[in-house]
Formats: sequence, C-alpha cells, structure tokens
Amino acid sequence: MAQVSLKNIRKVYPNGYEAVVPTSFNIADGEFVVLVGPSGCGKSTLLRMIAGLEDITVGELSIGDRNVNHVDPADRDIAMVFQNYALYPHMTVRKNIGYGLKNRKTAASDIEAKVQDAAKMLNLTEFLDRKPSQLSGGQRQRVAMGRAVVRDPALFLFDEPLSNLDAKLRHQMRIEIKALQRRLGVTSIYVTHDQVEAMTMADRIIVLNTGRIEQIGTPTEIYHRPASTFVASFMGAPPMNLLNAESADGRVHLGGDMSVAASTADGPVIWGIRPEDIEIDPTGDIPFTVDIVEELGAHRLLHGQLNGQDLTIHVSKDVVVSAGPIRISINLDAVVLFNPETGLAL
Amino acid sequence: MTDTTSTPIAKRPLKWTHVMDHLILILGALFMLVPLLMVLQTTTTTDLETIKNGPEFVIGDQFDDNFMSAMFQASGFSGENTGLRMLMNSLILGIGFALGKIVIGMMAAYALVYFRLRFATLAFWLIFTTLLLPLEVRILPSYEVAQKLGLLNTYTGLIVPLIASATATFFFRQFFRSVPEELVEAARIDGAGPVKFFIDILVPLSQTMIAAMFIIMFVFGWNQYLWPTMVTTEEGMFTLVRGIKQLTQDLEGTNIPEYGRANMLALIAILPPVLVVIFFQSWFVKGLTESDK
Ligand SMILES: Nc1ncnc2c1ncn2[C@@H]1O[C@H](COP(=O)(O)OP(=O)(O)OP(=O)(O)O)[C@@H](O)[C@H]1O
Ligand SMILES: [Mg+2]
Repeated sequence: MAQVSLKNIRKVYPNGYEAVVPTSFNIADGEFVVLVGPSGCGKSTLLRMIAGLEDITVGELSIGDRNVNHVDPADRDIAMVFQNYALYPHMTVRKNIGYGLKNRKTAASDIEAKVQDAAKMLNLTEFLDRKPSQLSGGQRQRVAMGRAVVRDPALFLFDEPLSNLDAKLRHQMRIEIKALQRRLGVTSIYVTHDQVEAMTMADRIIVLNTGRIEQIGTPTEIYHRPASTFVASFMGAPPMNLLNAESADGRVHLGGDMSVAASTADGPVIWGIRPEDIEIDPTGDIPFTVDIVEELGAHRLLHGQLNGQDLTIHVSKDVVVSAGPIRISINLDAVVLFNPETGLAL
Repeated sequence: MTDTTSTPIAKRPLKWTHVMDHLILILGALFMLVPLLMVLQTTTTTDLETIKNGPEFVIGDQFDDNFMSAMFQASGFSGENTGLRMLMNSLILGIGFALGKIVIGMMAAYALVYFRLRFATLAFWLIFTTLLLPLEVRILPSYEVAQKLGLLNTYTGLIVPLIASATATFFFRQFFRSVPEELVEAARIDGAGPVKFFIDILVPLSQTMIAAMFIIMFVFGWNQYLWPTMVTTEEGMFTLVRGIKQLTQDLEGTNIPEYGRANMLALIAILPPVLVVIFFQSWFVKGLTESDK
C-alpha cells in the first residue's frame, strides 16, 4: 500500500520533444486514479516514468515515502499491465504468473501457492498449463492481471489494458478490474483514452492534454464542472454543447428569454451545457429546430440548431420527437461559462 | 443398400505440358541422384571389378567389407586416421563450428540491440564488412596467428578461427529487433536482469532461429576443407572431407586405388549433414507454425 507523489515531473525526450510539462499531483493510498487524454498527450510517458521504464528529466517521484527517481523498476514495488499484455510466449500461464516471484528468490512452494491463489481469483485455474497462444484475448488479459496481482505490489500501473478487447468483454473486464482493485486495496494508476473507462472506474480522473494537466477531479466534478472547454468536449459522449454568446450587464443571454448571471466583463463568452440538461418543453422559452434524430435504444439524441449554432439534446426513449421546430428549456444550474480566449472555466 | 456414393475418379485428359513438366523434373532428379547411386554402387563391389568394368548396374556383395575397411582401417603411417576417427573429428568440427557461431552471434547481437553502446551502429557495420573478408582471404595471417598460439593440430585451432560470424550476428540482430519492446519491459519489472532476460526469455524465443542457424552452420562447418587442411598435419586430427582426398591420392604407383573404401567414406561423409537437416527441419517447421512472439 502506498501513496504516490509527483513533484514538478517533466519529460523531454532526447530528440528535444517535451512530452510532459512540469506536473505535480498526489495519489492517496488505495486510490484508483485514471489518466485520460487524447492520443499522444503523454499518458504513457507519465506512466512509464512512474514505472521507471523512462528516465525522469526533472522532478521528484516518490512511491510510499521513498524517493524512487533512481530506483530500478524491479525494486519500485510496482506491477504493470501492458496494452498488448506482454506475456512471455514460451512460458505456460503458471510460469508467466510466477516469473516475477521466481526472480525474487521466492521458495518454489510459496510461488505455487501464490500462483494458485491468483489463478483462482481470476478464474484461470484450468488454463495454468497452457501457453499464451492457446488463450483467448480476455484470458490473456487475465493472465496479465494475474502476473501483476501475484506479486502483491504497492502500486498497480495499467497502460490501456482493455483496448485490445471487444466492447462486451471490455465492459466485463472493466468491472472485474475495478472490483479486484477494491478488494485488494492497492493504489492504482490506469491510463486510457476511453472516457467511459475513465468515468466508470476512477476514484479520481486526471485529464491530460499535450503533456499538461487540464483538470484533476472526481468523475462527477470532471463531468459537471469541467475546468476548460477541452475537458468539456473530451469527456462525455456526446460531448458538452459549447456555444458562443455575448455577456452584457453581467448576464449571458442563452436564447429566448433565458440568461445566466456572469461575473465577467462584457464581451464574448462560451457557454456549455450537457445534452441531458436540456429538456423538451412545449411552454419553454427557446425555439429549437431538430434536424436529425439519432436512435440509441435507451435514449435518443436530437441534433439541431440554436441561434445558428449546433446543439445536441439527450432525451429518454419515451419522448417521441420527429424533425422539425420544437421548444426547449435549459437547466440553468448546469450551465458552465468559459473564457473563449483561454478556454478556461470562468 | 446398393447405392454407393463413391464417384469414379475422372480420367483427366493427358496434357503435353504436364508431360514436359514431369520430364524436366525427372531429368533434374536423375541429375542429382545418379552420382549418388554410382557412389553407392561402387561401395558394393571390389576395387578390381570397378577398375576393370567401370560403374555397373550390378549390386555387389562387398558392402560390409568396404564399410569395415573405411571405418576401421587407417590409411596413413600412424594408423590414427581411421574412418571412425575422422568421423569424430568432423562431428567435433561441425558441432563446435555451429554452436560457436550461434553463441558468439547471439551474444554480439544481444549487445548490439539491447545495450546503449555508444558505437553500436558502427560496430555492427564493422562486423558486417567482415563478410567481405572470409577466412580464405586472410588465411596466411590467420595461419600465422594460429601457429604462434600453438593451435596447430588442436580442436581449438580447427574451430575458433572459423567462428567469428557476421551472418549469425546479422540474423539474430534482426530477430531480436522484432521482439516486442513490452516484453523487455515486463521482464525488467519482473526483476529479470540482463543475464536472466537473455537466458530465460531471448534464448527460448530464438529456438527456431537457433535451429535454422544450426542446420546451415553445421553443414557449412562440416564441409570446411581449406582451413582443416592447413591446420591439421597429424593424421589423428584429419576430418572426413580432408581424409577422403588422401585415400584417392594413392592412385599412383602399382596399387589399385581403393575405390570402394573411398566411396564408402564419401557416403559416410554425406550422411550426418543429411540427418541434421532431416531432424532439425521438422523442429524448424513446428517452431514456425507455433510461433508468436
Ligand atoms: N522515444 C520518444 N522520442 C520522442 N518522442 C516521443 C517518444 N515517445 C513518445 N514520444 C512523443 O511523446 C508524446 C507522448 O507520447 P505517449 O506515448 O506518452 O502518448 P500517449 O498519451 O500514451 O498516447 P496513446 O494514447 O496513443 O498511447 C507523443 O507526441 C509522442 O510522439
Ligand atoms: Mg500510450
């Protein structure tokens, strides 16, 4: 069990590319933190620095109460699950799981007992004598988990472990991994570019963009109070609606008679609203034209125009709508305002 | 009950192109096989018959006699270069040569691929250019070095100067580069140091490469002629390939050349490479079909 702390960690690759700008955050003992961001934003780089697979250019990294900047990956008391699992192809599942223990000079009988425990926990017992090539993707994924779990490390690191699985299996493994982490109580850092994974698994989410932290917060905070337009449009499917408006006399006019108070100087602002915070309301203030209805089974998405700007509305499956003019109302409490120049929330 | 569903095999019309194809294949096969069959035939007759009648179609009854004399009778003065002894020397050369090349090549490739050596690329190309300088080109200096080190007429002298190998290094380098990076990283986190990684992960992964290299290198080493001829002067150190020549040299004078014995030795010299190829090939194919790194 361990807390992790990063102080001004920076990464510049030998070719001069700054993949991570100086970054600081703390992770509490037993916390499940998800690093999320678009491709190439430096998630893996950050994770690999924590693992010790990549040198830290500047900054201080500690795991537990120990500074590990110059500690070998094997001695950091971590376990890592890779995107392509990185199982040893010539070893049986049993040997794959036990290899780390064997290298640490654990007694053979102990190894066997621990491997059996891990295999039982992950439903791998019947596959122990197979080679990785004789397993399905989901089973390989489990073996990779087993290899991490069996060592009982202080910190789990996951680099997109589910991205090679099909949607259904991903859903199932998501729940399994989360449950396992809860049960073991091991501090975990999980990298993904899938915002659904981030939302569902995280205790706290760290949103990264081009090597910079955009926001750190619980899934609810990130979802409802995004710190920037980047977070607003990255998290959530469909993303938050972002519309341009003018603020005048301390109020931002949204459309119809609706407006919200804004503690900003007069001038252009961006306002954002989640698609589900808009309602169809025949007596509503705002006229809206539905162009396309997207049928998603449990709900529908209405795409259309408000004041000439794109807007998406999320309605439940019971609300029957067809293309054409309707009236809507907006949950004013859910409106978020952003500075159009910096993109930061006001 | 009576209705059987087997369809009679349709008679395909005879095509002239097929006949031509087969003719060419048959000619090729004969071209390869006839010399071998002649060798085989000669080993079954007496030398006298061979010299009188030349190659014949009859199978004689001298096979066992020729075999015994080829294997156990020495041809030199020292009485040490029996066929058995030469066979052993050849095996030592072939296996030592192949294993040596594989071990050295793998280790060199390991250093080049996995360690941040400062001049790794330069070193690689230097190794690579030695392909342009085979032993035959540098045979005099090599001989002098071997002689000064007192390696003449030793197995070390026979094998070591032949071992340094750009080919094996090159193949293993290409192979190691195709091993996924994550495997190395997973092993690092699992606490495998450089030596353990090499032995526990890389060597088993390279099985098929090693088998392939072994086939090629064993045959190559077995067939070495020039270098063994230079460094071995004691008859007890002769290899088969070199020893056969000594037998056929005895043609001069009034002696009847020992055709049967020489051809028997040739047959014996062919067998081990053939066996190695057959044995390792099945391994090789198995490895290839199962392979996934
Ligand atoms: N060895 C390297 N040398 C130079 N630049 C690199 C190196 N490795 C990665 N980068 C760059 O650093 C940036 C971050 O890479 P990183 O692998 O951390 O992205 P990521 O967030 O994990 O993306 P993905 O979701 O696609 O895996 C990328 O722009 C990449 O091009
Ligand atoms: Mg990545």
